[in-house]
Amino acid sequence: MSNTKETILSRLRDNVRETYDMPDLGALPPITYADPVAEFKQRTTTTAGAHLIEMVSDGDLNEAIRQAYPDAKIIASNLPGVEAQLNPDTATVAELERVDVGVIEGKIGVAENACVWIPQQMKEKAICFASQQLVIVLREADIVNNMHEAYARIASTPSYFEPYKFGTFICGPSKTADIESALVYGAQAARGVTIVTLRDKDGKLPNTSYQVH
Amino acid sequence: MTLHSQRAETYQQKPEVVERHDKTFFGVREKRDRMAKALPEWEDLRKAADQIKRHTVTHLADYLEQFERQATANGVHVHWAIDAAEYNQIVYDILSSHQVKKVVKSKSMLTEECHLNENLEQHGIEVVETDLGERILQMMKLAPSHIVMPALHVHREEIGDTFRQQGLMEHIGTSKDSGVSANPDDPNDPTYLTYVARMHLRQQFMEADAGMTGANFGIAETGDVVVCTNEGNADMSTSIPKLHIVSMGIEKLIPNYQAMGVFQRLLARCGTGQETTVYTSHFRGPRPGGEMHIVLVDNGRSQILGNPEHWQTLKCMRCGACMNTCPVYRRSAGYSYTYFIPGPIGINLGMLRDAKQYSDNVSACSLCCSCDNVCPVKVDLSTQIYRWRQQLDSLGKASPMKKAMSQGMTFLFKHPAVYHGAVWISPVVNWLPAPLIQQKLNPWAYAHQMMKFPQKSFHELWNKELKNEK
Repeated sequence: MSNTKETILSRLRDNVRETYDMPDLGALPPITYADPVAEFKQRTTTTAGAHLIEMVSDGDLNEAIRQAYPDAKIIASNLPGVEAQLNPDTATVAELERVDVGVIEGKIGVAENACVWIPQQMKEKAICFASQQLVIVLREADIVNNMHEAYARIASTPSYFEPYKFGTFICGPSKTADIESALVYGAQAARGVTIVTLRDKDGKLPNTSYQVH
Repeated sequence: MTLHSQRAETYQQKPEVVERHDKTFFGVREKRDRMAKALPEWEDLRKAADQIKRHTVTHLADYLEQFERQATANGVHVHWAIDAAEYNQIVYDILSSHQVKKVVKSKSMLTEECHLNENLEQHGIEVVETDLGERILQMMKLAPSHIVMPALHVHREEIGDTFRQQGLMEHIGTSKDSGVSANPDDPNDPTYLTYVARMHLRQQFMEADAGMTGANFGIAETGDVVVCTNEGNADMSTSIPKLHIVSMGIEKLIPNYQAMGVFQRLLARCGTGQETTVYTSHFRGPRPGGEMHIVLVDNGRSQILGNPEHWQTLKCMRCGACMNTCPVYRRSAGYSYTYFIPGPIGINLGMLRDAKQYSDNVSACSLCCSCDNVCPVKVDLSTQIYRWRQQLDSLGKASPMKKAMSQGMTFLFKHPAVYHGAVWISPVVNWLPAPLIQQKLNPWAYAHQMMKFPQKSFHELWNKELKNEK
């Protein structure tokens, strides 16, 4: 095997004829918005196909979830204060596969495409994908303009990959158009997604972790 | 006649199918255009993507070493495969050492390239494709017809029949009974069929002993493998089984997160006309208590780098935009091509794989150059196809008729007297009986009306006007 590696590397080195420099990506002017939060919310409810709940940070998240999903029998979450029957730090994958609503936290929202960055902060990431419905809590202060800003933030925050070595951008529910191009929600992963955006009561953006009553 | 022309001709027998295929993929192309126009920096992004890929593939050995170091430090097992045989053996060895009976797998063109599924199945390992389109094709025993939207050529009735034959509706009932259909009166309602597949695949995820994914990107600086899907099937495949095997072509590497921003923004916009895929997942290490393997596959790529005319195919990120815009692909569909990747990029990759075997595809191009204009990494697709055509004769693959015509034309143009004589006599052809003219042997009259030769040639008219002027 190490032989194979050396063969591949030496072929690659031998076969290069002309080399090219890495471009200066700082020169690329990516799109920005006058109101990234409004852009993010608009895309969340349109192209992303998600629901939106706008909350002030001392609002009652549990009540909001109950109202949004009155029939949910099994809720899973490890967020402090969220009422849940299962915890992805302790539940098995088989248990998480039967979850009605998973409640997780997003760390970055992206205005240009309604993606939310979700670093794995639970033992079993199955909650993020196997839950029938997914609730993602996101602080409005964490919404950025575009993917370049999002990736710059991820690159400078190594803790996103500790202790679990996974993170994902999610944009609304699982989708497919594989049958005659008909857009259908809920292919393999979450059939529906609700984004809960949090803002301070007095209109200021909270810079500490949100609280739930 | 090339195999592509023959198959395309058969495909034309059903004009309504051709029209639908054409419209479907041109619709995706139009969505791409809307995405491109919505971003003022679009052309800057393409330029950056081109430059990053040029840089990375010409420094690939260094980046691969960096990637391996990072991934190993993250607790990932990294393997190297020189060709398809070694790749298949590595994957089989990993699976068999874990006593794996069933694998769930997300879409990977590399595994198609190496015939992994057939290989594992020969060893008694069940492989379940989890991308909905791929699963449909697997059940129907068909190959993908497109690299991103592999089953759009299959109609809902065929999919419904396949699912019913497989007994997938047993616990769900009919479209009407299921309570999920958008149109309960349609027994093959797409929403219903997607739900049926969802329930079926859920069971597969739970039963599988291993998950396999491809890689849209590998990030050298961090060792991340990035997988983009809309369905979340790559994530389901890796969240439930504890063993994760990534199959990655060595050219999928990019240097860092800065570069990742450029490619994440381009991939879905170009491929399907979306601002983003639903999931952009970064796998940096194994699951708690699990194992992650990355197999880096060469299979000819390091040799392509040394090909001065075609090395830029290594920049390709398999978005499929060149197929969607290609007028020949849209009207002849994936199965007309003899290489498993169709369209402009497939023509070139097939020739690089085996020029003698796959030369039938180089004629499947009108040289309209539309592919060059949509390619997010600026692969010079049509120029490359043109270059392959110049080599056909040396490969012994030139069409004898076109060769004879070229020789005839060369003779005519070198002998003006013969040329003028031929032009003078040509209107006679107009008076020949139609059965002699409207036939397959005459390419000028094939699939359309024979042209009428003018009574006076351009030269005659020109000379006459010149005299009048004087």
